[in-house]
Amino acid sequence: MTKRILAEGNEAVGWGALSAGCKCFFGYPITPQNEVMELLAKELPERGGVFVQSQCETGAINMLYGAAAGGVRAMTSTASPGWALMQEGVSDMAAANLPGVIVVVQRIGPGVQRVEHAQMDYNSVTKGGVGGYKTIVLAPSSVQETHDFMQLAFHLADKYRHPVIVLSEGILGHIIEPLEIKTIDFEPLPEKDWAVAGHGPHRDGKFRELGPSYHPLYDGTYLNYLNAYREKYKAMQSELRYEEYKTRGAKVILVAYGYCARVAKEAVDMARAEGLKAGLLRPITLWPFPSQPLRDKAGRGRKFIAVEDSLGQMVDDVKAAVEGKSEVCLADVTFRHMPSEEGMILPGRLLQEIRRLI
Amino acid sequence: MSETTKNITREVVVEKPLLLRGEEWMDILWDLFCPGCQIPLVGRLIAESLEELGVGSNAIMVGCVGCTGILIASLTMDRVSPAHGRGPDVATALKRVHPDTVVYTVQGDGDCIAIGAGPLIGAMTRAEKITVIMVNNTNYGTTGGQLAPTTLIGQVTSTTPKGRNPDLEGYPVHTAELAATFKGTAYSARGSLHTPAEYQRTKKYIRTAFQKQIEGVGFSFVEVITACAVNWHMTPVKALEWIGEKVVPEFPLGEFKNVTHIK
Ligand SMILES: Cc1ncc(C[n+]2csc(CCOP(=O)(O)OP(=O)(O)O)c2C)c(N)n1
Ligand code: SF4
Repeated sequence: MTKRILAEGNEAVGWGALSAGCKCFFGYPITPQNEVMELLAKELPERGGVFVQSQCETGAINMLYGAAAGGVRAMTSTASPGWALMQEGVSDMAAANLPGVIVVVQRIGPGVQRVEHAQMDYNSVTKGGVGGYKTIVLAPSSVQETHDFMQLAFHLADKYRHPVIVLSEGILGHIIEPLEIKTIDFEPLPEKDWAVAGHGPHRDGKFRELGPSYHPLYDGTYLNYLNAYREKYKAMQSELRYEEYKTRGAKVILVAYGYCARVAKEAVDMARAEGLKAGLLRPITLWPFPSQPLRDKAGRGRKFIAVEDSLGQMVDDVKAAVEGKSEVCLADVTFRHMPSEEGMILPGRLLQEIRRLI
Repeated sequence: MSETTKNITREVVVEKPLLLRGEEWMDILWDLFCPGCQIPLVGRLIAESLEELGVGSNAIMVGCVGCTGILIASLTMDRVSPAHGRGPDVATALKRVHPDTVVYTVQGDGDCIAIGAGPLIGAMTRAEKITVIMVNNTNYGTTGGQLAPTTLIGQVTSTTPKGRNPDLEGYPVHTAELAATFKGTAYSARGSLHTPAEYQRTKKYIRTAFQKQIEGVGFSFVEVITACAVNWHMTPVKALEWIGEKVVPEFPLGEFKNVTHIK
């Protein structure tokens, strides 16, 4: 069934989760993601699902851990300060091979006092936290993509039995755009016969114990366990997604995700209108990062601009990708049109940078 | 053997409950506890209670991080290991997802009322239909006998070398009494395992707590005082005496709340 509505990005998170068959939401109020939980507080119980407002974000992530262990599709969403509190839980989910979707609507930092939009959690989201886990990170840049990527996130989480993060941001969460609500079909996945149910022995006559797999009572060796993770992360590399826009023959390639990718696209069009050969490479998965596509474009005098609303985090991944063969500049939070927290990086300012480089 | 003796021996020591059998870890499990540790008895009481209630393995055990968490491997039922202190969060979700099964946590006192105070209070606030069984051994067993919220005044631990000083470390926390103050709590009790009589009473508490969950009345909580002879630097027998002399006077035994419905 397809339904067309006008929705903001945060609502699209909720509609996407429902389209994916999400059964549980656990979360703690925080700006700028409140609309996600407000929508699901209404919609989930009406569909027989579970909505719990937890006592804090560690509570939410550990409830997600529990629901995932129970074998249902479940999620949480938060903003930057809450994300900090969730990282122990995400590490444990990764260690316990538990699937779940975590939405992080980024807000400004450092510190935890301000609520305005920004892109300042790239590193903490893409690099993994304690214990060195990795998760697939999807970065939508429109309301429709937010809805669609939620479904993809649930699919990938179940496919790999692993947490998946959808990285949004204050602006994306609050822009209002047309949204087509529809269920996307993915390849079929096996039944979750590993989940706990509390209904006596499972079909194989055994019980389930779920927890960090290097539990002292784990029957394998620790290195077997780590190798299993290496294989899992290798397999996840195949989920790399990115978008190229006018990169053919481009002298300057902008690299941007989220709202900045939309701004960068406009800047590319403005530059092209002036005859300046600019293009955009938009990482859709921030992990795995499109390092190889960037590397393939490096050299031959081509320059890159990492556009991100922070003091520069993704830029390090771009630099690592081009391996010194190209100059990499940074258009960061200081490019905002106003010096206050409400400022945005706008296309005109990026155009100046493109002009400077060509 | 008279009928009475048979009953007593069955109740007290001889047969292993069914739920404690058959798992491959059982053999090594007991090596993980120190001599004289009473935590395995808590596992046994849980197993006996669930068997007597007819629940059997139709339950989900949520463990913890700590010596108490070693119990996770001992029971033949589905089990989930959470991070330190997060058991009630995990159990909350499991009970919501599988409302027709019995979901319970076993937690150390540090896990339950220090790092896990938030999850515990959250679960009690929401009146979750889960059971929390907290082992009170007056210290952090696993990490080497440090101060716990339950440490007695004057008790020497590895982080209170001069004894717990209320000016610096405050006073022992009474978790069973705290649980009883919550409207959504159906049942709260504290038992001890230092005498056969208290052992039997504690079993009744655990069984009643599960019963409350099965009846859907509300949150249920049992605190069990256990000996940690190694960290108390006592012989196992002396540790049991010390519970009677010092621990029980601080932590009174009995039921603090037992209601058939919450209104
Ligand atoms: C976040 C976190 N902090 C600290 C620890 C280290 N740690 C492991 S067990 C434990 C305390 C255990 O004490 P208690 O809960 O009383 O259980 P017991 O071992 O006495 O059964 C601590 C502090 C940890 N595992 N995780
Ligand atoms: S340290 Fe204490 S609680 Fe832990 S196993 Fe030894 S006796 Fe038991």
